[in-house]
Amino acid sequence: MLKKMSYSSFPEDLLEHVFSFVQSDKDRNAISLVCKSWYEIERWCRKRIFVGNCYAVSPRVVIRRFPDVRSVELKGKPHFADFNLVPEGWGGYVYPWIVAMASGYPWLEEIRLKRMVVTDESLELIAKSFKNFKVLVLSSCEGFSTHGLAAIAANCKNLRELDLRESEVEDLSGNWLSHFPDSCTSLVSLNIACLGSEVNFSALERLVGRCPNLRTLRLNRAVPLDKLANLLCRAPQLVELGTGTYSADLRSDVYSNLAGAFSGCKELKGLSGFWDVVPAYLPAAYSVCSGLTSLNLSYATIQSPDLIKLVSRCPNLQCLWVLDYIEDGGLEALAASCKDLRELRVFPSEPFGAEPNVSLTEQGLVCVSEGCPKLESVLYFCRRMSNDALVTIARNRPNMIRFRLCIIEPHTPDYLTLQPLDVGFGAIVEHCKDLQRLSLSGLLTDRVFEYIGTYAKKLEMLSVAFAGESDLGLHHVLSGCESLRKLEIRDCPFGDKALLANAAKLETMRSLWMSSCNVSFKACKLLGQKMPRLNVEVIDERGPPGSRPESFHVEKLYIYRTVAGPRFDMPDFVWIMDEDSALRLS
Amino acid sequence: MDGCPKNGEACPQLLDLIPKEREWLKMRDGDGSSEEKKLELRLGPPGGEDIWSLKDSTKNNNREREDQSLLCLGYFSSSMNNNHNNNGFSFLHHQFSSTKTTVTPQNSPVMAKESSQPCCTKVVDLQSAAEKKAFSSPSPAKNIAVPNSSQKRTAPAPVVGWPPIRSFRKNIASTSASKPASESPNDVPNKPINEKPAKPSSKTLFVKINMDGVPIGRKVDLNAYDSYEKLSTAVDELFRGLLAAQRDSCAGGIVNKQEEEKAITGVLGGSGEYTLVYEDNEGDRMLVGDVPWHTSLALCLRFQYGICSMFVSTVKRLRVLKSSEVSALSLGSSKQDKIMA
Repeated sequence: MLKKMSYSSFPEDLLEHVFSFVQSDKDRNAISLVCKSWYEIERWCRKRIFVGNCYAVSPRVVIRRFPDVRSVELKGKPHFADFNLVPEGWGGYVYPWIVAMASGYPWLEEIRLKRMVVTDESLELIAKSFKNFKVLVLSSCEGFSTHGLAAIAANCKNLRELDLRESEVEDLSGNWLSHFPDSCTSLVSLNIACLGSEVNFSALERLVGRCPNLRTLRLNRAVPLDKLANLLCRAPQLVELGTGTYSADLRSDVYSNLAGAFSGCKELKGLSGFWDVVPAYLPAAYSVCSGLTSLNLSYATIQSPDLIKLVSRCPNLQCLWVLDYIEDGGLEALAASCKDLRELRVFPSEPFGAEPNVSLTEQGLVCVSEGCPKLESVLYFCRRMSNDALVTIARNRPNMIRFRLCIIEPHTPDYLTLQPLDVGFGAIVEHCKDLQRLSLSGLLTDRVFEYIGTYAKKLEMLSVAFAGESDLGLHHVLSGCESLRKLEIRDCPFGDKALLANAAKLETMRSLWMSSCNVSFKACKLLGQKMPRLNVEVIDERGPPGSRPESFHVEKLYIYRTVAGPRFDMPDFVWIMDEDSALRLS
Repeated sequence: MDGCPKNGEACPQLLDLIPKEREWLKMRDGDGSSEEKKLELRLGPPGGEDIWSLKDSTKNNNREREDQSLLCLGYFSSSMNNNHNNNGFSFLHHQFSSTKTTVTPQNSPVMAKESSQPCCTKVVDLQSAAEKKAFSSPSPAKNIAVPNSSQKRTAPAPVVGWPPIRSFRKNIASTSASKPASESPNDVPNKPINEKPAKPSSKTLFVKINMDGVPIGRKVDLNAYDSYEKLSTAVDELFRGLLAAQRDSCAGGIVNKQEEEKAITGVLGGSGEYTLVYEDNEGDRMLVGDVPWHTSLALCLRFQYGICSMFVSTVKRLRVLKSSEVSALSLGSSKQDKIMA
């Protein structure tokens, strides 16, 4: 006779051990929903948490539920902050989190932050609070200086990773590097590429020399090329290298030193940096090309022929970031030689010019979509596109997961037919069944949003600018895209009806950003009132929205779900539409 | 995710777009009556009462529908359309056109070109099943009015955040030294313009700027100017409107733009209400204008990246301070001598 097994008969230790093999946040969340005892066991053994919006939950609640976390990842400002659309001072301060964690998580080892305001005070608190601190990743963060970094360097004795990727650091002194004590030999990854001023080079050299496990080193632009060889000789085990300035007077000794140093680096898989690159020095790195899987040339202002020479020596390349100097011809060469390519980003060299300065068109992308069967992630800036090309790309690469296309001039139609690009983007969402991220551009009507709502069932993040015709467009997306988590819209004629009609949908999403759209203050108030689990933030630089007729459109609207209630650190150009404020303002 | 129709096509497919002024969604006539229930748009959890149906045309429903439900979903009041020409670009500049404008947040003009008005007269028919089937073919959609794009391209009006490139990337591209092109230009036969990669005109160097009394910071592109006078004009344009709005919001009324806007004059030299100062790369606060904008070539050699302005190459951040507060601060004005020496 079958005996029904009870979950509770499992020893807790055993369950805990089983759970420890479950890594994904999604699965851990599912586990915690099985029953009360699983919830309890899971919460005590959760070691890492990810909070996609620092205002969605309070640190106190997180710490209460997960008492033994070792790794925290937090995100702050909306993505459009990258493009200066979020006014400075909006928020996203990490300090309250650090304060709470300093007492709640004394054994915290890792902090990863994105788009947050990090003060020197926060860094100093990190440095002195967490005895076994190992990883600090500050991605697109701001608000701190090299003083704060000095505190981290001086006090975090077991630091493995310090990564300042794309952060805006107040660069007071390059001397902070010398605060790493001589006993610090644990670094695995150091990324200081975003720093503007010179670093103390001898301190850097010594640090690199005494860290035998250093795998990633990304230098800043102030490190001259003739010093690179020295560094490489001290760290031949490097896997990822970001060079500094890649230019020098042409001298054979500099060249041969560099070439020799590169040839000693047998493990190198990623190269970046190349500021101010002098093409004549590129061949010095040719010896490592065959092993490269990742190449970031997006700061390298070299032209197509030199790029072709470099790229065609990298048959194992999986990820390429490059300026549009590569042109269609270079992308053709890429398609012919890099069969393993998964990610391609092409950035504009002259984004603000009216006329094209390079011969980069839709053809280049079509070529890569044909030649690179594993291509799944694209960011592409160009000046013309056609529906035909998009349909071809969609058919070539149904495996596409991220597709971001930026046609630089807003409202640009198909250059062949002068039609909107609805059909082309429609083909992308129809054929690429696993598409998770999409950015639209060009002339687009509501029809494209109908296609998106109909087909893009796995889409998680959608960026829209200068597109659509009416509320119907937004309605299609909100009512159709089942997996949508983040939606960001600017300069589109979407308004109250679509938003209010899909209010319930907003609770299933992380956030919605709308700026320069047609949402009235009245609708914002209504949403805030009726949806208590949403924070409805009106961001308006013209003064209190209540001082204008409430049918007026708000400048910027940021809506996110939260279990923490309204935040209390708003600057005076942000208003949260909760029940009280609605009464107060009306 | 039960908020969404299981059959993804059901809902959007059956909606008609009626692009007359203030109508939005309307039931289809004729077939599909059994589907009508599905078509109603709801506010609130799916499956709840449909009191917020959007089914009615919105023409005549104002008062009446508001009575039916607290959450009557929008009607567009006419005042909204009158005063709010908000279909275009945002008004704030990053880079300034050479013509001096008095653009302010309050009367933001739409700076779009003709081609940026794609929607007004178009009729998009979403109900044709035949066309839906033919969706994936690249044949053009019918009845789409297309702007004439053969007109001469003009430089687009600068729009904040467009194209979407991160500011750190702009800065890095800005100071890139341009290198001579390839030795063999014949490699790429169809290149329209064969020139050095980065022209000086396209270089940008964004620094933050804040103004006393204005909570919102801005960024300005120092490489867009070649004199203190031009920078000062730009600062005026950046903050004039915001300052007016700020004053107004303190007063609590609706902005009357013409009267409220005062030019921010005399930020140089400390004679006006405000004074422009900067923090240099060593963290010292300096008066803007203390060093010559253009630096002699000999001095240039001391600076990295080939920027021939000591001011531009050392400024980290700008602030517009009340002049009354400037004198109280210790400014690193002796620095000039130090560097020149």
